[in-house]
Amino acid sequence: MNLKDLLSPFFVWQRAFEKPYTSMRPTIDRPGAPAYRGFHINVAETCVGCGSCHTICQNHAIDMVPVEQFQGRPGDSGLRPRFDYGRCCWCGLCVDICTAASLRMSNEYAWITEDPTEFHFTAGVDDKAWQDNEHGYRRAEGYHLYPPKRIEMDMLSPEESVQSFDEVARGYNEEQAKKEADRCVECGICVATCPAHMDVPDYIHSIRDGDYEKGLQLMYRTNPFPATCGRICTRRCESVCPVGILGEPVAIRWLKRFIVDQVDAGEYTRILNNDAVVESGHRVAIIGAGPGGLSAAYYLRQYGHAVSVFEAQASAGGMLRYGVPSYRLPDADLDKDIEYIVSLGVEMNYNTRIGKDISFEQLLQDYDAVFLSTGLSVPSSMRIQGEDHPRVLSGLQVLADVANGRDPGIGRKVAVIGGGNVAMDASRVSRRLGGDVTILYRRRIADMPADTEEIHESQEEGCTIVPQAIPVEIVDAADSSQVTIKWGEAEMVQDPKGGRPRPVLQEDRMHEESYDCIISAIGQGSNLDYLSREIQDQLAIEWGKFSPGEYQHTGLARVFVGGDVANRTADAISAIEDGHHAARGINRFLNPDAYPNNNTSPDTTRSEGEQQ
Amino acid sequence: MTQSTGHSASLDFTQPEPVDLSSGKYVKLWQGPQHPGITGNMSLELVLDGDTIIECKTHVGYLHRAFEKLMERRNYIQNFTVVCRIAVPEPTFNEYLYSAAVEELSGIEVPERAIWLRTMNLELMRLASFLMWIGGISGAFGKYTVPNWTLAYRDYVLDLFEEMTGARIYHMYIVPGGVRAGMPEGFEERARAIMDGADKLLDQIERVLFNNVVFKARSKGLGIITPDMVDPYGIVGPNARACGFARDLRKDEPYLAYDQLDFDIVTGNEPDAYGRAYCRLLETRQSINLIRQCLERTPTDGPFQADMPNVLHWKIPPGETYVKAECTRGEYGYYMVSDGSEYVRRVHVRGPSYTHAIAVMERLAVGTNIADIAGLMVSLHTYPPEIER
Repeated sequence: MNLKDLLSPFFVWQRAFEKPYTSMRPTIDRPGAPAYRGFHINVAETCVGCGSCHTICQNHAIDMVPVEQFQGRPGDSGLRPRFDYGRCCWCGLCVDICTAASLRMSNEYAWITEDPTEFHFTAGVDDKAWQDNEHGYRRAEGYHLYPPKRIEMDMLSPEESVQSFDEVARGYNEEQAKKEADRCVECGICVATCPAHMDVPDYIHSIRDGDYEKGLQLMYRTNPFPATCGRICTRRCESVCPVGILGEPVAIRWLKRFIVDQVDAGEYTRILNNDAVVESGHRVAIIGAGPGGLSAAYYLRQYGHAVSVFEAQASAGGMLRYGVPSYRLPDADLDKDIEYIVSLGVEMNYNTRIGKDISFEQLLQDYDAVFLSTGLSVPSSMRIQGEDHPRVLSGLQVLADVANGRDPGIGRKVAVIGGGNVAMDASRVSRRLGGDVTILYRRRIADMPADTEEIHESQEEGCTIVPQAIPVEIVDAADSSQVTIKWGEAEMVQDPKGGRPRPVLQEDRMHEESYDCIISAIGQGSNLDYLSREIQDQLAIEWGKFSPGEYQHTGLARVFVGGDVANRTADAISAIEDGHHAARGINRFLNPDAYPNNNTSPDTTRSEGEQQ
Repeated sequence: MTQSTGHSASLDFTQPEPVDLSSGKYVKLWQGPQHPGITGNMSLELVLDGDTIIECKTHVGYLHRAFEKLMERRNYIQNFTVVCRIAVPEPTFNEYLYSAAVEELSGIEVPERAIWLRTMNLELMRLASFLMWIGGISGAFGKYTVPNWTLAYRDYVLDLFEEMTGARIYHMYIVPGGVRAGMPEGFEERARAIMDGADKLLDQIERVLFNNVVFKARSKGLGIITPDMVDPYGIVGPNARACGFARDLRKDEPYLAYDQLDFDIVTGNEPDAYGRAYCRLLETRQSINLIRQCLERTPTDGPFQADMPNVLHWKIPPGETYVKAECTRGEYGYYMVSDGSEYVRRVHVRGPSYTHAIAVMERLAVGTNIADIAGLMVSLHTYPPEIER
């Protein structure tokens, strides 16, 4: 023991004069750090209720609960996370995974309440003191718990693609598909949004598992056109995919295509097990072999009903065959879908036009039920002078000619009028036939109803889009092999009623240009001439379209309708769902005994158990 | 004040004859489980002859939460919120090792910036843990001033953690694939000020505690670990370095950025409680030095997370690995087996406390005075939850 060791400890007294560590008013003088993981804040307006927070929470501290004000919002589950602070460990993984970046945390340390039930609350809906706190933990820039970017699809370069009608999108390979399938957060908002309610998360799951047969089974439960929809679907699912809020949506369409591409058509019967159908003895006629008619045929066969399809054209497919060019949907893939449906014992009557080869009344007499899905086949009129000029072609006609292997005779310098998918298809087809294409559209490019991808690709392939151009008159050109269009520039004017802006012709800015041909593609309407006046009256037709009941039924007993001619969306997937739903309705009608809790009318609820 | 007997353990593994408790000559006493010293909920079953311990048995189980089993029921990302709880004062080592094992099995390369941020975090963690420990050893010998200083100062280090990670204790910052965020603005400056203060504090502690006649008298000669015990008992960290073994994973098998940092292994030649304490004091200074180096060299931009798969259904290829790192108490290891599913097949957490608090403690306690048992226990620096992980 030395003296120094004895004296040295008394040094502690020096500290008696130093500032203390402690604070008199800790919560005021020392707020939480800016990134402190405090209490949850959810911007309920931004949240889409995907439930990823609920999935990742290892403590099961988050329940997704319905919140009244968000019910029925498109792309929104209507659910919001409810936190249980008896379980939460404040790890913040819910914030990290939040697809909408709506969830974050405040930097408060303490919260005191006398009511224990308040520790169970729906963030952003129940009023909390920290709701407006600007500080607190949020996901750092550049930190992701799922890949935000989608796996690029291999595409033909625009230089290559305009050379031929080869399919532009080359398809995923297995590694790409698995990586893309990995990005899905399995929220199911896509299922609610898809007109056919396809089981998207589950078939994407089957890709991750490498079980493509299961994927095919899942797809056929709601859609007998997976090869087709895997290529040309309007994919509303992707527009609501929450992964797309901060990154790019999961490539649901390409993944669907990948599954179908993995399974050989010869294996379908075994995988889908459709041999077990028991014949019901009922006979159903279907008019139109497009996606709506064939979808109805497929599901009616599942119920065991005999199906006869009547088609005016020489092949089945409707718009899919005659309206969609083969660089988007090759015939072989369309045939893969159609041939399987036909192979279930569907009787196909090609080149048979109802009203000409056989009357509608005859069908009603011969069959137990009739399903109409005759589509939209008549090009809409531009309602301008000279549109009946021989050098003015319709977009539908050009596409049908190309599909049939005929030369539509477009010449070299081509103007396409319209901004929808038919206009884009007609333009890109014209490019492939060697045309120089100018697209005239009334509104802005952003207003075009066509798929953005289509617009982008047509531009890449060399089509020139002239927006805000209103056709005024079509006249003969100096060169007799040409035609001249007069068009005026348009200004966009706000609609005082709050609708979308309207293009207004500026008469002082008129243009005139001659083309080898003008392709009009501004929409199409229905042709219902095969129905007599009396029948049309009973079917409640408005503006050339049916307004079917809940089971696709009409005012005329035994007649069901669907497809473009009976819905507002007029796309393949809606037609497919119409067909499926009509099959349910027809089965209810033909087989009332299978639905003991219902009367015989198909005009009943939709949620009743289905029999397949 | 009684001078402890300074029992020197030899490598005699034969079990002693059990004492006859009915003779009335001995007293059986339970030390714990309510915090004997500060090492947590664990208890020692002691048999005393007078005030000398003649038998010691360690009992654990008071903190058993079955971490290893919990991990088999949670997916890979969820586990990262579980592992930090295995050693409360040092969660970061668990976070790092869990992440390192997952990354090794799944073949993820962590970006440079994350490597440096991780290194800095681990050293900050060592600093915080040592500060707490110095308070512990001081308190165990009845010196209650120093714990007030160090635990309060530790909170300044926790402030740094709060700023950087969003939490003070369970940081959950090192995540498989990288870290959760970069350094906040102005962090370097504030961290440097706190390091300077810590240097000053350690100077004061050296004067008040390490040059304290009472502390010296009670800790010198207490619980001597002889060099021949080190390998058979699996003694690691400062407990081994204090008796001259220059073993430190940061040097021997460098991980993260340790091969780019300038430091030497701290060793001592006094293998008793005092020597171990002094060794830890030097290592605290070493950590401060390393933190300063990290502050200087950590990149301020660039990615801090590798490209990750979707963690909601993250499957890791089948395989097994053992990863290790030098925590304040020595080698800390994670053995992980994946069967290719979304859930880990098996995790084994190898904490240094297992051997230090059971085998070593039971041997060193024999012959020690009852008054010194808390000091002996703290001098081995053990955390019960990592024994019963």
